[in-house]
Amino acid sequence: MALLRVLLAAAITCAASLAAAQSLEDLVATLPEGSYDDRGAVVAQIAGTGDDRALKVLESLLEGDLEVLDSNGRVVEIRSEGRDDFATDILTGEDYGEVPSRGSSRIRVNNSLRRDIRAAMGTMTLRHPDPARRLAAAQAAFRSPDPDQAELLSEALAAETDPQVAEALSRAVAVAALEGAAPEAAQLEAVAVLSEMGNTEARTILAAAAADAEGPVAEAASDAVRHIDQMQRLWGLAQNVWFGLSLGSVLLLAAIGLAITFGVMGVINMAHGELVMIGAYTTFVVQEAIRSSFPALFDWSLLIAAPLAFAVAGGVGVAIERGVVRFLYGRPLETLLATWGISLMLQQAVRSIFGPNNREVGNPSFMSGAFELGQMTVTWNRLWILVFALAVFAVLLFVLKKTPIGLQMRAVTQNRAMASNMGIRTGWVDAMTFGLGAGIAGLAGVALSQIDNVSPNLGQSYIVDSFMVVVFGGAGNIWGTLAGAFSLGIANKFLEPWTGAVLAKILVLVFIILFIQKRPRGLFAVRGRAVDA
Amino acid sequence: MLNLVDRRMGIFLAGLFLLTVAIPVGNLAMAGQPVPSYIVALLGKYLCYALLAVALDLVWGYCGILSLGHGAFFALGGYAMGMHLMREIGARGVYANPVLPDFMVFLNWDSLPWYWLGFDMFGFALAMALLVPGLLAFVFGWFAFRSRVTGVYLSIITQAMTYALMLAFFRNEMGFGGYNGLTDFKDVLGFSLQADSTRAGLFVLSALALAAGLLVSKAITSSKLGKVLIAIRDAESRTRFIGYRVEEYKLFVFVVSAMMAGLAGALYVPQVGIINPGEFSPANSIGIVIWVALGGRGTLVGAAMGAIIVGIAQTLFTSWFPELWLFALGGLFVFVTIFLPDGVLGLIESRLGRKAGPGAAAKEASA
Repeated sequence: MALLRVLLAAAITCAASLAAAQSLEDLVATLPEGSYDDRGAVVAQIAGTGDDRALKVLESLLEGDLEVLDSNGRVVEIRSEGRDDFATDILTGEDYGEVPSRGSSRIRVNNSLRRDIRAAMGTMTLRHPDPARRLAAAQAAFRSPDPDQAELLSEALAAETDPQVAEALSRAVAVAALEGAAPEAAQLEAVAVLSEMGNTEARTILAAAAADAEGPVAEAASDAVRHIDQMQRLWGLAQNVWFGLSLGSVLLLAAIGLAITFGVMGVINMAHGELVMIGAYTTFVVQEAIRSSFPALFDWSLLIAAPLAFAVAGGVGVAIERGVVRFLYGRPLETLLATWGISLMLQQAVRSIFGPNNREVGNPSFMSGAFELGQMTVTWNRLWILVFALAVFAVLLFVLKKTPIGLQMRAVTQNRAMASNMGIRTGWVDAMTFGLGAGIAGLAGVALSQIDNVSPNLGQSYIVDSFMVVVFGGAGNIWGTLAGAFSLGIANKFLEPWTGAVLAKILVLVFIILFIQKRPRGLFAVRGRAVDA
Repeated sequence: MLNLVDRRMGIFLAGLFLLTVAIPVGNLAMAGQPVPSYIVALLGKYLCYALLAVALDLVWGYCGILSLGHGAFFALGGYAMGMHLMREIGARGVYANPVLPDFMVFLNWDSLPWYWLGFDMFGFALAMALLVPGLLAFVFGWFAFRSRVTGVYLSIITQAMTYALMLAFFRNEMGFGGYNGLTDFKDVLGFSLQADSTRAGLFVLSALALAAGLLVSKAITSSKLGKVLIAIRDAESRTRFIGYRVEEYKLFVFVVSAMMAGLAGALYVPQVGIINPGEFSPANSIGIVIWVALGGRGTLVGAAMGAIIVGIAQTLFTSWFPELWLFALGGLFVFVTIFLPDGVLGLIESRLGRKAGPGAAAKEASA
């Protein structure tokens, strides 16, 4: 017994060393020789080498592109261009140039050999040391299911350690089981696995299974299809809500500065969009400076740009207030015209300095790409913009409610004369309030530069929307602006699948026009005497 | 009739009359053509703008309704006329379809949408150019004025209205030529639009329409109804408490104004040869407001002058220093609102020592 064991061990070692001794080069060289059965054994050995090039050899053999050159006996891959054939060495990649017809002979394969090759290739990739390659192989097996591979996949699944790959493998096993004549229990389990998966691919497979199979399997499959449909409706809903939140955050950013200048101060600032544009261009300038001088800091560019954009746009805002708006308090329609004039000048100034075309603003690495959440895709830049919008909102709320300057701002807007009597410098507070609104518009510009074209027309595209949000939410109430932005954003995105983007926007505008008729002071009207002033 | 023509109106109408005679004569009848054809078309365009400005002044200057959507009424009138001109092209289009305009053939439509029916008749199209803006103004005003949407809020929703219309007209499915709008017109009532005589005729018509618009507006504003309008402008709540139905007065003047704007659009389109959704853009409508503000709000004649001054300035600036035009226009907005609340006309008249127009009162109570 012991002897037997020793012998067996020796034999295994011997076989292993033999296999190791036979390099891929030798094995490939022996491919043309012998019968189809011999070739099958060599294929298995080639797969056993674990060499990266082995896969290519097998693929080429399967396609029938593998030939032997008569001149030097090398095994080459033939590729045809028109009527000429060109040969490259399958292992070294060396180019042998054009091959005369009859200058090479094909290594033939038959059906049973093809099956062997496929199995060998499957094993090779499914057992590849790199998990990414295994995952790709499992996913490929899922997409082109082959009942013959079911056993192979099950074995690979049993040996798999990586949970992500194991999941993909179990799905591949399930599809293979459904396609082939697996026992009913296995098929039911497969339906359960696919139902869990819950995406469109799984639904297609299950719907086909529900049509083809009989008895409990068909029933389970159609149940699973219904389940998936329901799940997909829910995910579709979630996706719409997410798009709506994302649009809402953009609207909020664009409108929140206006909620201060228009909502709190009552100044119709038509140049608001241009302040957003100035913020976006500040981001552009900061990124240019970073690109040329400190490329390593690029990921921090937005963080650097944000305070600068606040300062630049805020500064322009203070200049507008001191230079123009303060002469027009109490004449809102005139303010509208004057600030419109300022917006035209700012647009032309930016066009003269930076040119009329779109300027490139890059995404820092933490804002590029996307991740999957269940069945919806969430892009990082949209998520960060949502976070940023809420953060700006929170800070603004804090400034207005908890700081001395916020207190003074509210005092001046409520009763200017009284505030002045209490020793508040109302002119200075006006300038600061307008500057705050303008600075926040600049911050919005930093965020919008990430998702929109930075061009002199950037502001124009937001001005109508932002007024709608503020008016809808109710001027003078920043909570109203928050509610207004998100409800309009979500409404817009829920309409879009039915009506298309443009019609959805038109419908929202019409809705706002009608809404204003019903509640002329917006969603959350500020009540009291101040409104009638 | 004569009591409508006060001194400033008289001077303006006399100037307009001289222009109406001199320009066509200079273009058509004099040797060497001292007035080139493009000047005729350009001035005709300004006269349409002037009529549009008078329409806005009627509601803004006399009733305190700052409409930021008057461009929409103008464009709707223009589209009505454009639709007629499209039908007039007939089989001379690129696709030689006797009924369908080119863009519909291009979109593979096989029949005319119902709302295009009847536009082959000039009278119908002209009626629509007045009625469609009037109807829109009626519906919009009916809701807005009854709900007492006033001031800034009204301005903003009129802006939303024109913006929504712009988006709608950009859509190909609407059947108004989408982004490109309506163009390639050939003739109107059998007169070729390229001919100098037709252009001169349109110029004269525009001048007559402007004069008529001024007189109608003057008739409205100097009647008892006009006094109520001014009362509404200056103290809306008080007027209501006295017992006037404020919303009905507002609605009346808003509809009249929209129809005048529609007429201006209908005259404008054959002279410029194109109408596209850009005419609906909010920026255009705000542009109209500055014409009125520059000329002198609440003076009618001033509004017409303002439109012509800005139009000429734009033409000169954009050909001499295209970069500077927006600076100049923007500066004009700021300068006029801060330093010239009564507009150019107010400035001239106060220099001449005459009593200031209603604009002075408007300044006091516009908030």
